[in-house]
Amino acid sequence: MSTTAEHEASPRLSDGESVPDAALSVRGLWKVFGPKGDEIVGSPEADLPRPELLARTGCTVAVKDVSFDVAPSEVFVVMGLSGSGKSTLVRCLTRLIEPSAGDVLLDGEDVRKMSESRLRELRRTHVSMVFQHFGLLPHRQVIDNVAYGLEIRGVSKKERHAKAQEMVDLVGLTGNEHSYPDQLSGGMQQRVGLARALAVDPTVMLFDEPFSALDPLIRRGMQNEVIRLHEEVGKTMVFITHDLQEALKLGDRILIMRDGAVVQIGSPAEVVARPADDYVRDFVSDVHRSAVLTLRYVMREPLPDDSSEGPIMSPDTIVRQAARVALASAHPLRVVYDDILIGIVDNDALLRVVVAEES
Amino acid sequence: MTTLTAGAQRVRTVVTVQRSWLLLGVLVLWVLLWAVLRGQDTLALARADLTDFQTWLNDLDDRLRGTWLLDVTGVISDALDGLLTFLRELVSTPAFPRPVPEIGWLGVLSIATWVAYAIAGWKHALLTAASFAAFGLLGYWEESMDLLVVTFTAVAVCLLIGIPLAVWMGRSQRVTSAITPVLDLTQTMPAFVYLLPLTLLFGIGPPAAVVVTVIYALAPVIRIGAHGIRSVSPTVLEAAASMGTNRWQVLRKVQLPMARRTIIVGVNQTVMAALSMATIAALIAAPGLGEEVVVALGSLAVGTAFVAGLAIVVMAVMLDRVTTAASERSEQLARQTTVHPRRRVVLLAGTGALALVGVYLSRYYTYFAEFPDNPDLGTPLGNAVDDASIYIQDNWFNVTKGIADAVSNGLINPLEALIADSPWYLTSAALLMISAVLGGLRSAITTAVCLGVILATGLWQDSMVTLATTLVAIVLVMVLALIFGLIIARNSRADSVIRPILDAAQVMPPFVYLVPALGLFLATRFTAIVAAVIFAAPVAIKLVADGIKNVSPTTVEAAESAGSSRWQVISKVQLPMARTGIGLAANQGLLYVFSMVVIGGLVGAGGLGYLVVSGFSQAQLFGKGLAAGIAIVALAIMLDRMTQHANIRAGQR
Repeated sequence: MSTTAEHEASPRLSDGESVPDAALSVRGLWKVFGPKGDEIVGSPEADLPRPELLARTGCTVAVKDVSFDVAPSEVFVVMGLSGSGKSTLVRCLTRLIEPSAGDVLLDGEDVRKMSESRLRELRRTHVSMVFQHFGLLPHRQVIDNVAYGLEIRGVSKKERHAKAQEMVDLVGLTGNEHSYPDQLSGGMQQRVGLARALAVDPTVMLFDEPFSALDPLIRRGMQNEVIRLHEEVGKTMVFITHDLQEALKLGDRILIMRDGAVVQIGSPAEVVARPADDYVRDFVSDVHRSAVLTLRYVMREPLPDDSSEGPIMSPDTIVRQAARVALASAHPLRVVYDDILIGIVDNDALLRVVVAEES
Repeated sequence: MTTLTAGAQRVRTVVTVQRSWLLLGVLVLWVLLWAVLRGQDTLALARADLTDFQTWLNDLDDRLRGTWLLDVTGVISDALDGLLTFLRELVSTPAFPRPVPEIGWLGVLSIATWVAYAIAGWKHALLTAASFAAFGLLGYWEESMDLLVVTFTAVAVCLLIGIPLAVWMGRSQRVTSAITPVLDLTQTMPAFVYLLPLTLLFGIGPPAAVVVTVIYALAPVIRIGAHGIRSVSPTVLEAAASMGTNRWQVLRKVQLPMARRTIIVGVNQTVMAALSMATIAALIAAPGLGEEVVVALGSLAVGTAFVAGLAIVVMAVMLDRVTTAASERSEQLARQTTVHPRRRVVLLAGTGALALVGVYLSRYYTYFAEFPDNPDLGTPLGNAVDDASIYIQDNWFNVTKGIADAVSNGLINPLEALIADSPWYLTSAALLMISAVLGGLRSAITTAVCLGVILATGLWQDSMVTLATTLVAIVLVMVLALIFGLIIARNSRADSVIRPILDAAQVMPPFVYLVPALGLFLATRFTAIVAAVIFAAPVAIKLVADGIKNVSPTTVEAAESAGSSRWQVISKVQLPMARTGIGLAANQGLLYVFSMVVIGGLVGAGGLGYLVVSGFSQAQLFGKGLAAGIAIVALAIMLDRMTQHANIRAGQR
């Protein structure tokens, strides 16, 4: 256990202090809807079950004491069922919904202390958002939708159209520049949404369930598109979803929310291998574990009499990829990190992961 | 759980049954007491008699003289007068020293056609050209231009005030809740009642006509425009906010473009309302076609009234078609899908130049300045209508009289006797109880207040006569609405034939409905009822049909699969489920009927409408007319609230 903890892909965060170079840092964020909602923050009433709190005060705690950091270029996924507060959370980040309490630091600057005009500046240049229902302007052609963010910033028509054309090409919509949104399929409309968000060249992109309204097949294509774009442009991304598969597929790390509070933050493998509680365990029970788990979570401590001839692999190798090699070898896999042997994976352990999902 | 529901069901059924029994009980009691007490305390007031209140109202004019209020209205009035004079000299009246207006008929026709082409396409440009030609051919060029001038001046003011208000209302919940009741009230009032009080402030004449038209026509553009702004998808607004759009940018780049089409629909409604009010404003000396109709109605010249009315109809259809098409085209134009933008500019410039040639010709050639007297379609048409009217009265007299007598003896007389010949306290008590049974406590309170106001005006019996007439008309309207509503809802072919007729009928200013009714039935109470029924039936039929159409097809299918006969489907499924739609039809029908019954005062309906009309013509009856206006307002509110509350309660069941 202790050996693995040292080699987490991302550092674990403790409340109160933020990582100095985080792109986005959230500390003790609250949002309470309802009359005098701000007074609920931190009070004992906040711990009441939601229906009871609603009956007693008319308030709903949508986001409850949430803290996390997002590293530059990280894809950070917030996952939860509907009503878990994830959409409210993402809107609090740029104050589309005014938070009740807490701090939001974007590149070290406190969003909550920003003036109206500074906040507008931030939204125009720094952070952009992709919405579940696209939010495109129906009376504008694709190119003008994509250029919208630049237009309200006062960029000249020629310049913004050039940039917009670049983005249209980037998301694979070349040839549709002069279509209107209602002439496009849902998937294509969301590509416009993506291009629009990319056009302002933000440092942070927020995605609010962007693919939930799309058909499963198109959804998968769009997920791959996001992965590709992330590789190309390397933006910091905060991605909201209710779809665990999507979270596991896209996220460098996943924050699982329930009733407004954080249940667990961890890498996909960590969430699957070590669910923080029964709620998460229940959630991840259907997951194809062999496609998510890494060797880190199936290895055991090396013993003195272990064979030293097995194939060598990194602890971040996914089980499914390791299985073929391991099964072909007569000797157990050796997990090596920084030239140090940190664990051994027996065939049994691999089989247990692979077979478990068959049953 | 099941027993509970069943229990609740039983309680509800008991309540329903009790309600109809209660109503019947009230009626029976009313009739019995009427038999004993009729003729007593009916608060009848002879034509020339005045109550103290009415005398006080008569003197209101003197009391207002010299106050700041009249200074303010004087300024508005003068400004409007200047504008109107300018516009009229431009298109309708001789512009001194010219013997003709600045722009003659060909110029006006060309410009109007060009505008219609620009906003609504070439088909509607043709319609516009044909309509303007028709105004001249019918012999009413100048009057038509005057009506258009009054209408469009009012529309311009409406848009100037209304669109900013609509935007403000669309963006603020607080403004919405402040303005909505005012709009509700102005739309409940019959057009008629605005006239007299406004003459106190603005006198009579074209400026007053514009003011009254503005007041009447302002509500639609505000209401529909605000609705358009409010309907902009919240996701789009949020997306705009997330990109750092400021308030002004949201309005200009998101809300206004997305609401454009709805706002133009509001403009269409405002134009139509303005036209109908500008016609009625003839009673306070608005120039134009309305004046011709009023004078002709007054002298029972059916033929003349018909031709002038026809010109109004042509104008209404033209304005409606063009503005509707403009709303539909606004999207296409913005998208530049129909015509390439550069080609459009060339086309508009070319046709615009052509229109200017028309203007030039009309300034320098008498033939193009003054609409030629020949060919004249108006005179022969008027004569033909007169002949037809005389023929009908000579030969079908028994039929028309039979119908009129049947309705009079069967419905109007008994109802009028019951309502107007009962002592005031008996009628009041009965109305209060009916209101309470139908609409509950809140309805009863409104009814009590309104009845109090009517008593205070001193026009109790006249009000009750008007009420009886209104009730007869609404009964007829609802019968028509149920029959045609069912036919339309159940038969799509009938729908496609009847609905366009209804749509067209709804566009007409109420005034013109008096003409055919007058032609058939001369000046009697019944004429007003016929006009009211024709006027109110279209809206009621459409609401009933829509209510029935909205019944879930699954439920109808389920009923049919259970072996219901056609009549059982209608009576047990469609009508009960369309209850709210039918209730709404009754409510709207009632307001339409009421406004027409009041106007019917012009053609012998008697009651309050007649008093308002006399208020215009005889100075000493001005106060009485004003009091009649107040009574009309009270009656309208009472009827509106009663039916609305009844409908809400029916919906809750």
